[in-house]
Amino acid sequence: MLLILCPHCGPRNADEFSFGGELVRRPGPDTGQESWRAYLYTKENLAGWEREQWFHGSGCRRFLEVERNTITNEIRLVRDVAEGTA
Amino acid sequence: MKNRRRIAKYSALSLIKQSVTGRRWSRAWRHHDLQASYDVVIIGGGVHGLATAYYLARNHGITNVAVIEKSYIGSGGSGRNTAIVRSNYLTPEGSAFYDRSLELYERLADDLNFNVMFEKRGHMTLAHNDSSLRTMQWRAEVNKLAGIDSDVIGTHDIKRLAPAIDVSDRPRYPILGALWHPPGGIVRHDAVVWGYARAADSLGVHIHQQTEVTAIDVAGGRVTGVVTTGGRISTPVVVNCTAGWSTLVSNLAGVRLPITTRPLQAAVTEAVQPILNPVVVSGSLHVYLSQTARGEFVFGASVDPFSAYSTRGSLEFAEGLAGHVLELMPSLSHVRMVRQWSGLCDMTPDFGPIIGMTPVAGFYVDVGWGTYGFKGAPVAGEQTAQLLATGVVPELIAPFSLDRFERGDLTAEKGAAAVGH
Repeated sequence: MLLILCPHCGPRNADEFSFGGELVRRPGPDTGQESWRAYLYTKENLAGWEREQWFHGSGCRRFLEVERNTITNEIRLVRDVAEGTA
Repeated sequence: MKNRRRIAKYSALSLIKQSVTGRRWSRAWRHHDLQASYDVVIIGGGVHGLATAYYLARNHGITNVAVIEKSYIGSGGSGRNTAIVRSNYLTPEGSAFYDRSLELYERLADDLNFNVMFEKRGHMTLAHNDSSLRTMQWRAEVNKLAGIDSDVIGTHDIKRLAPAIDVSDRPRYPILGALWHPPGGIVRHDAVVWGYARAADSLGVHIHQQTEVTAIDVAGGRVTGVVTTGGRISTPVVVNCTAGWSTLVSNLAGVRLPITTRPLQAAVTEAVQPILNPVVVSGSLHVYLSQTARGEFVFGASVDPFSAYSTRGSLEFAEGLAGHVLELMPSLSHVRMVRQWSGLCDMTPDFGPIIGMTPVAGFYVDVGWGTYGFKGAPVAGEQTAQLLATGVVPELIAPFSLDRFERGDLTAEKGAAAVGH
């Protein structure tokens, strides 16, 4: 079981969340095909610490940024994505 | 030092001789020192890498080949899958491809002089609602056009073929029908790995276990060699067959792949009397099961809900699986589950594999197999070998090129393979 410490709801089972994959910035509308293609398909697929997006669908219904180690499944940071951009 | 001892052929006679003389069996494949150069270096000693090496040697006479494996051969997905083979895919390119694979599997034991224990049990995909029944009708028609034996059957036939399946209206999702594919079945996956390794080795291929590739040398857009934990090798051709680790290996050559790594869990029970002959799959319940020749039930599910390189099992999986299996076969309620494990799947955006050339000359990939790498291994090996030998992309693998993501020409395999078995 993976436990995610939601900043709004406290520690919750990962079952309550949906995984949104690695966190990537959406390219600007005028950056050309190549960067949009990379945004759509290319993945870092890191073995180690990865910044990713999770959605707490069965809780606060907020999008969260999570730093998780993809080898050990340790989690070292969880915050609301809105915090990151503010 | 070159080891030139020939590999003896297995036969009934050799079995009798061995049992009478009581001598130890000779090793199935040899140990070689790492050469300073090879014509082809294949990274990944799983079934794809070994099959590619074997077909390179057998079909094209290219024998100066090294297979580099960081652990032991078959330690990844090749030894962790649920050993199911079938060819009733939804798309014409998918079904043509897997049909060829099934053809190769059928005569693989003869081909490799190694008993791979292919059992043509038949493959049954259950439908629990009208829409899946409709999709199955569609799949059956696509398959028939391609000359693949595939048909929709009703509950009466399901009961006849697999009496242990509950076809009553008791379950929450009663069974309405099934897609029946007689050529499908199960193969002993370790035997396939060992058979390919032994046959490739006897043709002169070097298999280097416990050797990890740490860098790939690229100069002027061409591959020139690889650096391994056993030393440097110069080579003009490198093939990446590393499944779950494929993005890490491709990154060494500067090639980016649209792949994410997801664990897929499976489990096995204690051995019981044989009560289930065909392979049974339920897409709605996300489960597939078969009974091995030894009597254990082998179960698999869909990939884990998040990406990882971890192969730890989870309680959620075991609970969910047990619940779903008991919906299908209530008689298994007293059978104990003895082990669960996990393998890494290299998932692509369109659930189709990526085979062929990359922007770096001499760097080839045979990756992105996701949840059905075992089924496709013989044909992928055969076609990749042909590509390496001739330089021309064979028709069967043309739809699976890496540049399809640039061209927006994705394969539509998800419908047939969402539960990839």
